[in-house]
Amino acid sequence: MIAFLARRLVHGALVLLVVSLLAFALSAFVGDPVASILGLNATPEDRVVLRERLNLDDPWASRYLSFVGKAVQGEFGMSYSAQRPVIDLVLERVPATLELAGVALAFSLLIGLPIGVYAAVFRHNWSSGAVMMLSVIGVSLPSFVVGILLIFLFSVRLGWLPSFGRGEVVDIGWWTTGLLTVSGLTSLIMPAAALAVGQVALIARLVRAEMLEVLRTDYIRFARARGLKPRVINLSHALRNTLIPVITVSGIQLGFLVAFAIVVEAVFQWPGLGLLFLQALGSTDVPVISAFLLLAACFFLVINTIVDLLYLVADPRLRVRGGLSSEGAL
Amino acid sequence: MSGDVMSDAVPTASSRSALRRIWRSDLAVSFRRNPGAIVGGAILFLLAAGALLAPWVAATDPYDLATLSLLDSRLPPIWLDGGVWPYLLGTDTQGADLLSLILYGMRTSLLVGLAAVALSCTLGSALGLIAGYFGGRVGGVIMRAADIQFTFPAIILALLIGGIAQAVLPASLQATFALPVVVMALGLSHWPHFARLVRGGVLVEKKKDYVAAARLAGRGSVSIMVRQLLPNVMNVIFVLATLDVAFAVMGEATLSFLGFGLPPTEPSLGTLIRSGYSYLFAGEWWLVIFPGLTLMLVIVAINLVGDWLRDALNPRLQ
Repeated sequence: MIAFLARRLVHGALVLLVVSLLAFALSAFVGDPVASILGLNATPEDRVVLRERLNLDDPWASRYLSFVGKAVQGEFGMSYSAQRPVIDLVLERVPATLELAGVALAFSLLIGLPIGVYAAVFRHNWSSGAVMMLSVIGVSLPSFVVGILLIFLFSVRLGWLPSFGRGEVVDIGWWTTGLLTVSGLTSLIMPAAALAVGQVALIARLVRAEMLEVLRTDYIRFARARGLKPRVINLSHALRNTLIPVITVSGIQLGFLVAFAIVVEAVFQWPGLGLLFLQALGSTDVPVISAFLLLAACFFLVINTIVDLLYLVADPRLRVRGGLSSEGAL
Repeated sequence: MSGDVMSDAVPTASSRSALRRIWRSDLAVSFRRNPGAIVGGAILFLLAAGALLAPWVAATDPYDLATLSLLDSRLPPIWLDGGVWPYLLGTDTQGADLLSLILYGMRTSLLVGLAAVALSCTLGSALGLIAGYFGGRVGGVIMRAADIQFTFPAIILALLIGGIAQAVLPASLQATFALPVVVMALGLSHWPHFARLVRGGVLVEKKKDYVAAARLAGRGSVSIMVRQLLPNVMNVIFVLATLDVAFAVMGEATLSFLGFGLPPTEPSLGTLIRSGYSYLFAGEWWLVIFPGLTLMLVIVAINLVGDWLRDALNPRLQ
């Protein structure tokens, strides 16, 4: 366990080193910060003063170190386009993205689990085959196209749901939530559904595969021999042991949901991190891009480590082998 | 894991014709028993044929501006009021036939998809072969690089590459380099999948006697890797490459939709969806819905075929 954690720490440190070098290289070589801040009409003297103030003429190693030093304290400089501290911009977008991804994850579990259980229990039924076929289609649906289709149906045609934005939000301390207002909830339905479609199919396939494995084991046959009702066997004996891998995979999926939220946020103009990243990328707002990359790296590292730890806790066999790396399960 | 799966199921095949051998092979039998594969294969065949033959099947050439007429612009699909033959799916704001645009767009999408997979597959397989065969420090560095890249979902990386390329390239060159940039962005973001898979296969294969025999026969490392090991991990590479085409086509569409892929002048399914999306609320819904549905169909078909290949060639990957 300790060896595993140590390896994860080394891996995490390496990832952060590479990503911070990348982020630094972006700020050093892409775009001209002086021109971005002063605009095109600045005098040469102003430029020289700013270059000195930003330490742009120092050797790059010392600039990299000061970049990292500031980043650790959450200082990523000012956004070129918004003229506000990057960290504020990023932090105020976090709730929107996490709520979107969290609700999408809840959707995919609530729908995917029962479908998977059904397909496993009635595996000889034609409907189970149909469900599996549908799941291939579900995995194939690009979330942004699903989003567009939903908008077409429910906003343009039926006019039931808002097509963009987050609706009214409520401030709870430093967190803003859209879960407490009607307009917030109606705005959330379509983006979350678009994001969840692929995950529903994935979860259903996973649950079915795991459940089939469990249903073959001796203790299930023993439970049948004892004359327990199929319902009890399926739900309280089999499903419980199926849930462990499902929980860990959900963790990985949360990471992917956050990644794909970028695309869905663009479709629905959802004011989250993904939209911020895309806007920054479009206007070459380097400080925002750098901050996004570093924060995303930390986020994915934490998620991957938690998932691996859960695996270790859930499956003692892995402790002997020394853990597996789960990142990039797709 | 060996290549035997693909070979003939019937041992004495010398007297039978080649066609019949193919018909009776394990692969063909499993194809006939898999309705998903048949449906997917048929759709894929039709779509690919339409894309390849676009200059001959399409009703109009959407790039021949001389044939476009603004009088024909914004026509709805033919089954709606106001639809006009031969514009089956309607026309765009320039008067170009949407179905023709989709056929031509699919060409670009499939081309980008195949090129991106060729890149990630070649790069990843080569690095995976080296990492698996030599191991040690070289292999460690390669797999460490793959691990680091795996930390990020591929789509973020592809977006980053596309976005940076746009920022760095001067505006005059962007249109020229858009296609290679997208191929690079998608190819470079997916090589670790191939590297990991091939390395795993090589680690198993290289312990086998035939590799030792080749070594004793005095073959060099490169020869062993390419002529002995590669053919034996080809099955897994092939399955992943098939499924990866779906990822790459979707990736191109995603990048182009978000504005970091191909420019509007280079029609692909993604750019069609992007330019059509702005008309969704204006009433010309067909401009975004049909390219979107086509994209879905392409990806579903590839995945159906890929799923069958995975089951047929390599049950362990399921």
